[in-house]
Amino acid sequence: MRIVVLVKPVPDTTGQERLGSDLRVDRAGVPAVVNANDEYALEAALKLVEAAGEGEVILLAMAPAAAPETLRKALAMGAQRGVLVTDPALAGSDMLTTIRVLAGALRRLEYDLVIAGADTSDGGGGVVGAGLALAVGLPYLSYAAKIEPSADRVVVHRISPVGYDVIESSLPALVVATQALGEPRYPSLKGIMAARSKEIVTWSLGDLELGDLAVGGAVATTAVVEAHKPPTRAATRVIREPAAVAARQVVEFLTDRRLI
Amino acid sequence: MTELKPYRLSDEQIELRDAVRRLARERIAPRAAEVDRSAEFPWDNKELLASQDILALPFPVEYGGLGADLLTVCLAIEALSAACATTGLILAVHELAALPIVSKGTPEQRQRWLPDLAAGRTLISFAITESGAGSDAGSIAMRATREGDEYVIDGAKRFITHGSIADLVVVFAVSDPGAKRHRNLSCFVVETNRPGFSVGRLEHKMGIRGSPTAELLFDAVRIPAGNRIGDEGEGFAVAMSTFERSRPGIAAQAVGIAQGALEFAAHYANERIQFGKPIAEQQMVQGLLADMDASTEAARQLTYAACAAIEAGDGDAARWAAVCKLVAGDAAMRVTTDAVQVLGGYGYLGEFPVERMMRDAKITQLYEGTQQIQRLVVARSLLGRS
Repeated sequence: MRIVVLVKPVPDTTGQERLGSDLRVDRAGVPAVVNANDEYALEAALKLVEAAGEGEVILLAMAPAAAPETLRKALAMGAQRGVLVTDPALAGSDMLTTIRVLAGALRRLEYDLVIAGADTSDGGGGVVGAGLALAVGLPYLSYAAKIEPSADRVVVHRISPVGYDVIESSLPALVVATQALGEPRYPSLKGIMAARSKEIVTWSLGDLELGDLAVGGAVATTAVVEAHKPPTRAATRVIREPAAVAARQVVEFLTDRRLI
Repeated sequence: MTELKPYRLSDEQIELRDAVRRLARERIAPRAAEVDRSAEFPWDNKELLASQDILALPFPVEYGGLGADLLTVCLAIEALSAACATTGLILAVHELAALPIVSKGTPEQRQRWLPDLAAGRTLISFAITESGAGSDAGSIAMRATREGDEYVIDGAKRFITHGSIADLVVVFAVSDPGAKRHRNLSCFVVETNRPGFSVGRLEHKMGIRGSPTAELLFDAVRIPAGNRIGDEGEGFAVAMSTFERSRPGIAAQAVGIAQGALEFAAHYANERIQFGKPIAEQQMVQGLLADMDASTEAARQLTYAACAAIEAGDGDAARWAAVCKLVAGDAAMRVTTDAVQVLGGYGYLGEFPVERMMRDAKITQLYEGTQQIQRLVVARSLLGRS
């Protein structure tokens, strides 16, 4: 079982400022972490390969040149190797370009399954997984709460408003993971040490057969027009009393504001 | 005078430390108050340390360990202790008790015991102290009598950390009553499932309450002669060389406890409003916090420098081990006491962690040699007497 997991380094969400003056995400100024939803996709992939007893998990990322530092954190969780598509020309690319470039990279890889996170904490578009399935011509199985591959098929429990749908397709296929698949593991210390010598292959645009595809911010079809800080919240009141007293004070607080 | 060895944390050490820190913050800190209240050994935390390879850190790679140096082990102990001193001690004791096997064991002995220890499948404890032999380790009364291919162990050990839960106990006993003091002891590994071994009382303690401290009773416990570590009569030397590498671990525990208290006190000072503003804006509170930070950092840097010097084979390892434990233990006691002061009356309550940290800090001034014993070691080195 060979599984490609899409991984995006995103600015650490515990950081302060995340947008540069051009309203693009400041990827140089804020430390990067593995996009949290991608960690759920990776955990699902690792469990599938472990259950199969053979195979590998390959990370695929399109990101700035500093990305290996972040990809190592995902390798430490247990993925075998990484592929990074990086090229200065890609700066400012929109989701459409991302889809086309990742599709070019996927065509160079052999795999049974691609697993993507539901969305990313920076752009938050949530369409790259679906677009990539379309671009490469893969069956698309979304919102997976459970993934059960067999020799040449995969069955997915897709979360629905009333429970889940059981959907099935041939392999290879692209599955979008959800957090219902299970908490990502902590990298073990041996995993961290092993990750230092794992392979991360770097591909530039020239390594992908993309023809004369125009990329980057100049041809982006979307743009951030304005950004606002969330309004400051009123002062927080912390109640440090025994539970019985505290509960009464909370009720009074809410009643005063006609909230209950 | 010994030379200060320059040290710098490697990228790998920083990565490992940060991984342990994250685990400590997310998984161990939330359990710390309950571990203290219940005074029950946190088996779940021990399993977590085993599954994340943290217990494997001090063991050689060929036995399934990570082959980490002393400084790396201490970084992990510090990170764990900042959340829960009892859990930090799990690694510290695992490291120190296995040291005689790691450093003096034969290849056969290492192969027999180290793989299970490195995987965290078994626990080991270190038993030197007796009710009549505390700081004066030379006055041990436990006897080991040779009978053919066996030794018969008789006597009792007291204040043994993890003694009641360990699979293996490293004991020091008199094997040659006729020999001179310090030359009459030998070191043995005793499997705790052997007939004649039993646990006496479990101590009720001020701090590190989740860590069981046991009295161990040995009633004609027979062990194969192959369980002796090192030569006959070498026990005292084995014990002393163990302290050279175990005291920095306790120093690291002390630094961790201090750091945990400092962080909580600083956080609290920013939130607690008195006289219409956070108490962190009061200069007297700032002064307390600044002194706490300076003490913690000084103890940390000395501990790291000591680890580097000991690892590099410094000729005066005993002094390095003693100075870092002395400075860090005192820093932890002072910093945690001041953390309680920053919180005022709330600091004295069980619902905030600083009173637990203050109780936990006290042990770092007592075990692995009291602060007075550390001063004795330092003074002997300074004055050129041994």
